[in-house]
Amino acid sequence: MNMNDTPALTADTGLTIAGKTYGSRLLVGSGKYKDLDETRLATEASGADIITVAIRRVNIGQDPDAPSLLDAVPPSRYTILPNTAGCYNAEDAVYTLQLARELLNGHKLVKLEVLGDEKTLFPNMPETLKAAATLVKDGFDVMVYCSDDPIQARMLEDIGVVAVMPLASLIGSGMGILNPWNLSLIIEQARVPVLVDAGVGTASDAAIAMELGCDGVLMNTAIAGARDPIRMARAMKLAVEAGREAFLAGRVPKRFAASPSSPMAGRVV
Amino acid sequence: MQIELNGKPHVLADGADLAQLIAALELTGKAVAVAVNRQVVPSQSWAGRVLADADRVDVVRAIGGG
Repeated sequence: MNMNDTPALTADTGLTIAGKTYGSRLLVGSGKYKDLDETRLATEASGADIITVAIRRVNIGQDPDAPSLLDAVPPSRYTILPNTAGCYNAEDAVYTLQLARELLNGHKLVKLEVLGDEKTLFPNMPETLKAAATLVKDGFDVMVYCSDDPIQARMLEDIGVVAVMPLASLIGSGMGILNPWNLSLIIEQARVPVLVDAGVGTASDAAIAMELGCDGVLMNTAIAGARDPIRMARAMKLAVEAGREAFLAGRVPKRFAASPSSPMAGRVV
Repeated sequence: MQIELNGKPHVLADGADLAQLIAALELTGKAVAVAVNRQVVPSQSWAGRVLADADRVDVVRAIGGG
């Protein structure tokens, strides 16, 4: 091979969820920004294709012409992923997503999260499984926030969800990847994409998730809560890409011994 | 009659339908979804979906969230 030839790197194939392929493996939330302009700029900088939104009652009496989130992150450009944040039982979660489907003109891809309590925001898995079954039967493509438990993840897969999204640590905590071993168990067995949802605090956390073999990462607070959200959005984009590339490249094994990087032969001394 | 709109009492004319309620709220054409008594009503059915006393109406939109 000529020294000037650069072997072509096979490009990452992208993230395929429910039959649709997305270029970015970073999914972002749209909460906690100071205004819609910052939401728009950070989302652009993140390179994300999929953005989560919450469904809430309209404030009656508020200026109906105030700019809306969907103007800042238009469905023509992004895949809008409605969530069920704030729901504590299956019934409320299903109802919320039925409204979301109507709001988004029949859009099927949704993020299910049924929370257990306000202190931990840990998922209530029995209610999550119940809601997932109802939604799958009703024709939704369901991505599920879940505990990092390989058995429950498999139960969700058996129900027919399109992605499992275990927490890496508590929502909004920024504590990072607390149990890589559990995530690995889930990834090893999974037949659907596995995304880390919740807990990422900084770029290295996102890279670690991707190096473990996660198919993607979903985050909100780590970007929106950073001192400079737009810059952090870019950092996360790079971290997810770097982590994915490292996963595909295959890291060296860890070993408790040194190994010189320069050849021993031909030394001048 | 009095309905419950987004969790709060709301008075409107007898025989009013959803389309009239949404128009009165100045939300016609906005990105909102509506349910009556937890049943989603598609926007094309708002006209003619007459409301009854004590109906619970939810009008929702998308906002920032993670």
